Amino acid sequence: MSSVLYDVPGPKARRVSLIGSVIGSVLIIGLLAWIIMTLAQQGIFEGRRWAIFTRGDVWMLLGNGIGATLSAAAIAAVIAFPLGLVLCLLRISLVPWIRIPTRVVLEFLRGMPVVLMMLFVLLVFGTSSFIAVVAGLVLYNAAIFAEILRAGIQSLPKGQREAGLTIGLTSFQSRMLIELPQAVRRMMPSLVAQLVVLLKDTSLGYIVAYGELLRAVQVMADFLGNAYLFPIFFVAAAIYIAINICVSRFAVWIERRGSKKAAGGVAKAEPAAVETAAK
Amino acid sequence: MDVIIENLPLYWEGLLRTLFLSVVSGIIALVLGTFLAAARVSPVAALRGFSTVYVEVLRNTPLTIAFFFAAIVLPRLGVTFEQFEVAAIIALSAYTSAFIAEAVRSGVNSVPVGQAEAARSIGMKFGQVLSLIILPQALRTVIPPMINILIALVKNSSVAGAFFVLELFGYGRQMANANGDQVMAVLLGVAFFYLLLTVPLGILASTVERKVAIAR
Repeated sequence: MSSVLYDVPGPKARRVSLIGSVIGSVLIIGLLAWIIMTLAQQGIFEGRRWAIFTRGDVWMLLGNGIGATLSAAAIAAVIAFPLGLVLCLLRISLVPWIRIPTRVVLEFLRGMPVVLMMLFVLLVFGTSSFIAVVAGLVLYNAAIFAEILRAGIQSLPKGQREAGLTIGLTSFQSRMLIELPQAVRRMMPSLVAQLVVLLKDTSLGYIVAYGELLRAVQVMADFLGNAYLFPIFFVAAAIYIAINICVSRFAVWIERRGSKKAAGGVAKAEPAAVETAAK
Repeated sequence: MDVIIENLPLYWEGLLRTLFLSVVSGIIALVLGTFLAAARVSPVAALRGFSTVYVEVLRNTPLTIAFFFAAIVLPRLGVTFEQFEVAAIIALSAYTSAFIAEAVRSGVNSVPVGQAEAARSIGMKFGQVLSLIILPQALRTVIPPMINILIALVKNSSVAGAFFVLELFGYGRQMANANGDQVMAVLLGVAFFYLLLTVPLGILASTVERKVAIAR
């Protein structure tokens, strides 16, 4: 592996690097060993604590939790995307009294913690926690999708819209037929990255008492006893993180593929998209 | 409206606590994230590997799981905190540092190759190239995304409210429970105070972005 930042290491540098690597690895392994020792003293690795995973009902509860997580994410994504599209069109409308209120609404939605929106829907409208979770996710992510699509449309060469208007399309037709399809393709990596964020945010459902994966962990730990908290939490977190890593990998794959295939390539993620990635 | 005015001291205290959590975690995350990014581009394989794994895992961990781990699992394993703020700061800074590291790394990649080549050709070592030439330029270009990460951090700190820390969201929940008939006003008040923090930061981000865009 070579990099512009340093020379291809010579024998001496390789030796130093190897020694550094060994010391670093030893430190990390030592830290892990210490953690494992501490855990072992607490009796975490006793067989009986992990034996619960031989029980079918534990897996069924975990499965229900995953199902609840994924279904909330899927439904929210399916509603949020078209809504984001509409908001994007309103946001770039030529009519000021449509554009400006939309902008205010988008700023409002983007500046708000998702969990606050969930709580708002839950308490003010007295809905079930499932609807609260989905509504919170939809409101927030529709605003983000709108901003991503807007960035995509604005990154298009001006000539695209001009050409559309020249051949007699109306402004709306030009947006729908010429600009949006290109914008969606360009912003595909950011859109998929936002899907990962959406999936991660379903875990906020824990706070409004939605029966997702983390809540299932809590319920089982309360039911079976604290002794089982760590094993169950460990397995659930591993599943959650594994799902997210898969979707992230998928996003990276799309980005690589897109930059090879799409005409003009994929637009670099705008700063607005980086923000969404951080959420 | 009366509810908001009556409870103004609570809102104020919550705002300060949110600000405190965000600032402390933000500073820790900035330092930690920069070191992680440096490790990610370093010649030492073990550092690269460690940094990659850390960033990949933390970036894909839902924040609630990080909080759950810090606030509920750690204490039951014998790591106890005097205050739950410590748990919140651990979770928030560990989570945010992964995003900072990614932002800084993309900044490092955006510095023209010639800069590093020039620095190396006058005999600088890796540490010097990175700290004197690359990072100062990289950090400058990543200021707008960095501010956006900090905005996300302010919003993320609301999760702490669900884990025994009384910040803006925590107080909001408490007040909503106490004033069952005026939930809407209470929560809109909370929303207003969040916007008070996030909107100016957003404006700052876009201003800086415009400045940097002209400079390049």
